[in-house]
Amino acid sequence: MEETAILEALKRRFPQGVVDASAPLGDATIVIRKDALLEIIPFLKEKPYDFAMLLDLTCVDHPERTERFEMVYHLFSLAANRRLRIKLSVPENAAVVDSLAGFWKNADWLEREVFDMFGVRFAGHPNLRRLFMNDDFEGHPLRKDYPLRKRQPMIPLRK
Amino acid sequence: MSSRIQSQARPDSLLINMGPSHPAMHGAVRIMLELDGERILNSEIEVGYLHRGFEKTCENRTYFNLLIYTDRLNYVSPLINNVGYVMTVEKLLGLDVPERAQYIRVLMSELSRISDHLTCLAAMAMECGAFTVFLYKMKAREFLWDVIEATTGARMTTSYIRIGGVRADLHADYEAAVQKGLAETRKVLKDVHGLLDKNKIFLNRTRDIGVMTPENAVNYGWTGPALRSTGIAYDVRKAHPYLTYDQLDFEIPTGERGDNFDRYMVRMREMDQSLRIVEQCLARLAKAKTGLMADGMEPAEAIRAARTQKPDRPVKLSPNLEGSEKAVTKDILAGDRRFTIPPKEETYTSIEGLISHFKYFMKGHGIRPPKGEAYLSVEGGNGELGYYIVSDGTDRPYRLHLRAPCLPLLAALDELIKGRYVADIIPTFGSMNIILGELDR
Amino acid sequence: MQGNFITTRLNAMLGWGRKYSLFHYPYVTACCGMEYMSAACAHFDIDRFGAGWTRFSPRQSDLLLVVGTISQKQAPVLRTVYDQMTEPKWVIAFGACAVSGGIYDNYAVVQGVDQVIPVDIFIPGCPPRPEMVLDGLIKLQDKIQKTKQDWRWKKQRS
Repeated sequence: MEETAILEALKRRFPQGVVDASAPLGDATIVIRKDALLEIIPFLKEKPYDFAMLLDLTCVDHPERTERFEMVYHLFSLAANRRLRIKLSVPENAAVVDSLAGFWKNADWLEREVFDMFGVRFAGHPNLRRLFMNDDFEGHPLRKDYPLRKRQPMIPLRK
Repeated sequence: MSSRIQSQARPDSLLINMGPSHPAMHGAVRIMLELDGERILNSEIEVGYLHRGFEKTCENRTYFNLLIYTDRLNYVSPLINNVGYVMTVEKLLGLDVPERAQYIRVLMSELSRISDHLTCLAAMAMECGAFTVFLYKMKAREFLWDVIEATTGARMTTSYIRIGGVRADLHADYEAAVQKGLAETRKVLKDVHGLLDKNKIFLNRTRDIGVMTPENAVNYGWTGPALRSTGIAYDVRKAHPYLTYDQLDFEIPTGERGDNFDRYMVRMREMDQSLRIVEQCLARLAKAKTGLMADGMEPAEAIRAARTQKPDRPVKLSPNLEGSEKAVTKDILAGDRRFTIPPKEETYTSIEGLISHFKYFMKGHGIRPPKGEAYLSVEGGNGELGYYIVSDGTDRPYRLHLRAPCLPLLAALDELIKGRYVADIIPTFGSMNIILGELDR
Repeated sequence: MQGNFITTRLNAMLGWGRKYSLFHYPYVTACCGMEYMSAACAHFDIDRFGAGWTRFSPRQSDLLLVVGTISQKQAPVLRTVYDQMTEPKWVIAFGACAVSGGIYDNYAVVQGVDQVIPVDIFIPGCPPRPEMVLDGLIKLQDKIQKTKQDWRWKKQRS
């Protein structure tokens, strides 16, 4: 099948970088090491894979793991009509990932959103600021240890 | 004013804020402009004024309960968001949906898509000064919303699509109502084509303004009508067909130049295609069964009678439950009782029904997908609307992320308006159909 | 006695004039904006009640329609817009999110617009049907008619 062909090719080409490759529920997924990101992405952007579009970039917080933040990238190839999910994990004390803003222009805002919500920094990002919350907001809301109802009003409220 | 645009500004230029409270019904976006007279030298966009904490709230709600939050994401086409979410959960569960429910989902999605495009273009035209177009399109939208309301109970935020199917069957005389809605919409579209297509003022404001090349659009991650206006024919309904779209006959309209006018034309043509799809669904859907609650026992009486033996007469349900009776349930809802509720007649009169119903809604039970993750996308009004759900085996999602189609569109706005006049922001912004509910989440 | 009769008649006339010529400023943020658009357009015409003309500027309007969810980031902006309006001014909180935060009880949403500005009429609903909007508008018109008008240009509101 198409997905397994790509997964096999990637595992062969980057034996240290790609930790795991599988297709749960039909979604081709590879788990890579953090420092392999900048090698694998240009390889995937070129033909024959031609993953020309970054669909989505997000993060999942697993506080019980040592590598707390798991970044998830969804790539899409228009020519071949294929999707690929890339996952990599970073620990909390070294939560820095290489930025993809040089490869895809929407990575700029998506990485700002992840920085805002989780606190993961991106090396090489042109303008790493909060996207949704105001600049004085303390904390990162989507982390599991941020309480759901902890409000930080910007102006004094009447009641 | 953010420090970035202030520090980069030239000393003799004017810094102006197109603030979060727009003089338009477009939503709450803040565009900071650096102007030289009327020309835009630089701009910066600030979002987050409608951040409602959707993703974090969803981590604290059961899979069934958070359905209402998905309605309010892209609030002009709420049923499409419902469909996207429900299909992602069904992918996690491995659940199959009956065919009638799939056709009903397609019908409702397309009616929603038509309302989305009507609203977007109405607002865009109103901003350019064509107020009549706004009134006409709102009138057409009312007829479509009447159809949706008669079936689902609500005009807008319906929560009609459920995990395993839909909540209720179509109402008794839906065919007449849908035909009327289609006729009105066709009339309105014809009028609007006559008003705007060759209108010198509208052409001057939209032709060759906000031009995007196909390569740049793909690099930005554009999808949907905006990408199709640049010439790339990518539509999730054709590329990764879901529900019954592979059995329906429709085309993907594309533009050539990727400017505002092309985005307007692509949306108008897409509405024609959606009307075609709705007609095909009508033809394929068998008539809805009606009059099922004619004679029957009142629920209290039936529950009492069921204590000794199964009652011989059916239970008379309240009018709010019309469309979800036992005779139609097998067509509109999957039969797997772990993930769907039994029909009310069974809940009232049998112990198995009662227990299934109870366990569905009980905290800690109900829909518990196996551990894993899934990504599924549907074609929303603005493009590829994707849901990424990570499940840890409990009844609440561990992480729910929405792939918002408007985020790349808005991210590209500052490149599109650089060097243009302030007045060009309005049709460009309007043609992209930025819905803050989905962008800010 | 004479003075009181004249002032009450003047009050009533001023109230009548003010209630049937409301210029509203729709502060639209979210989904309720769609129902606002429906209420303002041909089917459920808001123009019949005199409130048809939307003034897209706080300085030119006397009714602030807060439509949709107000997030914490939006609250200072709302307060500024309200302060920019000239007296007499009224506020309608339109929709469950403006009334009480709605279904969003979390870190990002103000739990009711009355935590930021004083509100006259609350219209619940998610979103409210256009008929409810018109009912709320009629109630506001009754309120305007019955309130003592501040025709002596004395500031009476907070």
